[in-house]
Amino acid sequence: VVADIISTVEFNHTGELLATGDKGGRVVIFQREQEVSGEGSWRVLHKNQVHRRGEYNVYSTFQSHEPEFDYLKSLEIEEKINKIRWLPQQNAAYFLLSTNDKTVKLWKVSERDKRPEGYNLKDEEGRLRDPATITTLRVPVLRPMDLMVEATPRRVFANAHTYHINSISVNSDYETYMSADDLRINLWNFEITNQSFNIVDIKPANMEELTEVITAAEFHPHHCNTFVYSSSKGTIRLCDMRASALCDRHTKFFEEPEDPSNRSFFSEIISSISDVKFSHSGRYIMTRDYLTVKVWDLNMENRPIETYQVHDYLRSKLCSLYENDCIFDKFECVWNGSDSVIMTGSYNNFFRMFDRNTKRDVTLEASRENSKPRAILKPRKVCVGGKRRKDEISVDSLDFSKKILHTAWHPSENIIAVAATNNLYIFQDKVN
Amino acid sequence: MFARGLKRKCVGHEEDVEGALAGLKTVSSYSLQRQSLLDMSLVKLQLCHMLVEPNLCRSVLIANTVRQIQEEMTQDGTWRAVAPQAAGRAPLDRLVSTEILCRAAWEQEGAHPAPGLGNGHTQGPVSDLCPVTSAQAPRHPQSSVWEMDGPRENRGSFHKSLDQIFETLETKNPSCMEELFSDVDSPYYDLDTVLTGMMAAARPGPCEGLAGLAAATPGPSSSCKSDLGELDHVVEILVET
Repeated sequence: VVADIISTVEFNHTGELLATGDKGGRVVIFQREQEVSGEGSWRVLHKNQVHRRGEYNVYSTFQSHEPEFDYLKSLEIEEKINKIRWLPQQNAAYFLLSTNDKTVKLWKVSERDKRPEGYNLKDEEGRLRDPATITTLRVPVLRPMDLMVEATPRRVFANAHTYHINSISVNSDYETYMSADDLRINLWNFEITNQSFNIVDIKPANMEELTEVITAAEFHPHHCNTFVYSSSKGTIRLCDMRASALCDRHTKFFEEPEDPSNRSFFSEIISSISDVKFSHSGRYIMTRDYLTVKVWDLNMENRPIETYQVHDYLRSKLCSLYENDCIFDKFECVWNGSDSVIMTGSYNNFFRMFDRNTKRDVTLEASRENSKPRAILKPRKVCVGGKRRKDEISVDSLDFSKKILHTAWHPSENIIAVAATNNLYIFQDKVN
Repeated sequence: MFARGLKRKCVGHEEDVEGALAGLKTVSSYSLQRQSLLDMSLVKLQLCHMLVEPNLCRSVLIANTVRQIQEEMTQDGTWRAVAPQAAGRAPLDRLVSTEILCRAAWEQEGAHPAPGLGNGHTQGPVSDLCPVTSAQAPRHPQSSVWEMDGPRENRGSFHKSLDQIFETLETKNPSCMEELFSDVDSPYYDLDTVLTGMMAAARPGPCEGLAGLAAATPGPSSSCKSDLGELDHVVEILVET
């Protein structure tokens, strides 16, 4: 079912909740099973060591966006959820932002476990009572009920984007957030829906001169005045909102010089950055282009400090991948909680992890066969030519319709969520 | 892929033509493949123009690729002016097709594309994706490479293969279709080798996984129907998509 294709995955700030958005405009939130004190709730793996049973179960499901029709342009607006971002929790309720191509919505997810009973003017089913039949008055009381999780839209931020929204990012001040489309970035205050500030605008006066678009944007995790945005030409710009109202001039400009030996007609396309993420520390940014993941030090603009090959064996297949449009696939990338490991997806339901310290990497597969509960994932290997060993898969056998574009990493533990088309896989690392 | 090993004939004037062709054989392979990439890109731009809301990033990247190819062809001198009667429109030092396509694909804000440049006619060749229309209007930027083969010959074989295609489409015989398009895959394998800068393998390995997604059949035959001109190849791409 096409509508079930997962289009975004995101843990909240504690990792207790995991949200997914899909092509049909639905949001599904999973909650980690709470630890419960008492016997039987702990599973002992080694003597003197206990682990919590951290399984994720469905917590809430709601329809975030509906398909719309733009009558002026005679165009449909897809309900597909492009991104979900959580707000840090400030009270009992949870808040998240979800966006499709045009409209951002703030959702409140709250629990209800009590219900008022004993109304005077309504009966138990909610039907109005005839006042003439009321002879006594009583005070309604709150009685416990089965836990109900309800999601309500609290704000709708609409009509601010002519082009398709590709990113949203919550600011560290928790009062503002930004939304970025192909040509513009807007700054919003959570309380104000009818107005936003335009902070980046790269639309040329003459659209025929357009050669570059914005592909992703994110706020710095600690400095609420700083953000970055990436482009289709493989560049990253860091901007400071204190410098000017319209951040068209960047504070820093990150670009790696082109390798002339690798130049081809596809060089620009594969250099287009599909995702940019700050490290948790705020010292580094990570970018994903078609074939690599790069780590940049904010203090060094002329080249990345680390480059990891995701699937370099595709370099000789670029023309075919251009023909079938796979070369335009937008892969995301994520940091682990300590910024020591980075992860990104590939084809054939493979995803890759790179350990920045040991320089070791691994390829894993998200598939039903390999995912019996408690099964350990076996590393996979793609054979590039010559003799194919027994467990290897050859490049030509890869399934390019099975792409892992969206992954997420728990903020503090080694738990990852991997979206493979319309299936969500949650993997946990069995380390002490 | 394309006609190889042309035999030199004894007849005088033909020898010159053949000689010229043989001399260009080494470069023509790259040129033709580059041409295929250009055609593929233009088709992609037209297709996304027809979609509901085109992905702007994709359109920009494809348009930039088209521009790169056109710039290189201009430097090579293979990008030539078209005869006035054939085109009858915009000045030729501009990259016409890219601009028209850009305007059509990107100006979503205006209700209609700008009327100025005789768009109806310019967009006519490819926007309908109707084989007959596209076949009849010579694609002016591309015709330069084919010019040296002699336009008449081309048109002859061009119509012939069109007939083949229509016949095939009418009979709806899948095996005929596969046969006709079976050559389409092999050019792209070579494109992979040449255009992505890998000089190593003379004969790339089959990319079945990829071809399976892209074209009708993976089943490349190494020889090409020698009477199919390069224009036919263009039409094949249009009809296939």
